[in-house]
Amino acid sequence: MSLGILGTKLGMTQIFDDAGRSIAVTVVQAGPCKVTQIKTNETDGYCAVQLGYGDVKEKNLSRPERGHLAKSGSEPLRHLKEYRLAEVGDLTLGQSIGASIFEDGQFVDVAGTSIGRGFAGYQKRHNFRRGPMGHGSKNHRLPGSTGAGTTPGRVYPGKRMAGHMGDAQVTVRKLTVVRVDAERNLLLIKGAVPGKAGTLLNIVPAKRVGRAKA
Amino acid sequence: MNAQEIVRSIEAEYLKPASDLPTIYVGDTVRVGVRIQEGGKERVQPYEGTVIAMRNGGISETITVRRTFQGVGVERVFLLNSPRVAEIKIVRRGKVRRAKLYYLRDRVGKATRIKERFDRAK
Repeated sequence: MSLGILGTKLGMTQIFDDAGRSIAVTVVQAGPCKVTQIKTNETDGYCAVQLGYGDVKEKNLSRPERGHLAKSGSEPLRHLKEYRLAEVGDLTLGQSIGASIFEDGQFVDVAGTSIGRGFAGYQKRHNFRRGPMGHGSKNHRLPGSTGAGTTPGRVYPGKRMAGHMGDAQVTVRKLTVVRVDAERNLLLIKGAVPGKAGTLLNIVPAKRVGRAKA
Repeated sequence: MNAQEIVRSIEAEYLKPASDLPTIYVGDTVRVGVRIQEGGKERVQPYEGTVIAMRNGGISETITVRRTFQGVGVERVFLLNSPRVAEIKIVRRGKVRRAKLYYLRDRVGKATRIKERFDRAK
């Protein structure tokens, strides 16, 4: 229920903190995002803002998309994302939102599309162990048994098998924002985030999971 | 600025100025001053040995320094741009024909000597 931001993963590097420790960080281009739509209790029955991010040629947008963006007077934007809020507050249509909504040391959740690995086998996809490579063994990367025999006479649903891996939405929770560069709209986030450089990321303040400590 | 340039510009803020780091070659004997925190006090501890490997890569540039201490081989990897590495002094330039001197790990005593070269400034 808080405002996040859309961004692009730029790559990873390392920096040094005050104690001289090296920290692996991901550099993220966070915004600038435009407020393209504001939803309120009166108009939509709930409160939310829609943010737009990323350059795109106008000809690549459909007429309905262009019309929607024209309402907020924003330039053509590639990605739109809605954030539920408790109340809209002082956000206005067309307002620009940058990395400055975050601060140093804050925890964030980062969601993105993981690196696609195509049709992956058992070892890579589910961390199965492989069979022996020698001593006459022909069972190198096979799955082993997939279940009992005549009873039940079928493989149970959910049996882990080879198949498409990666290229799915992954959220990494509770990453630390090491540094915010409000001028260039950059975030330095400690650790790795999903996907390759250039992937679209959704960065939101960390969602607290579990019961609060009494 | 493209993505790569932005990442480089962030690294640049943490890189040491070129004058702080001497030109190090594999085979050199170096003395590295390591900053150590001890009970709230900070001091610089020297560590001397042979550079047996280097890894380039901007901010993540490292050298591996090997020495034999009390008959036990010790190898330490130093992040050259780290603030913990206070100073690096070249003690001796060595003449070697490999980029990685891992063969020194299998040798002891006199066999670990490296011929000195005099055509490179210290």
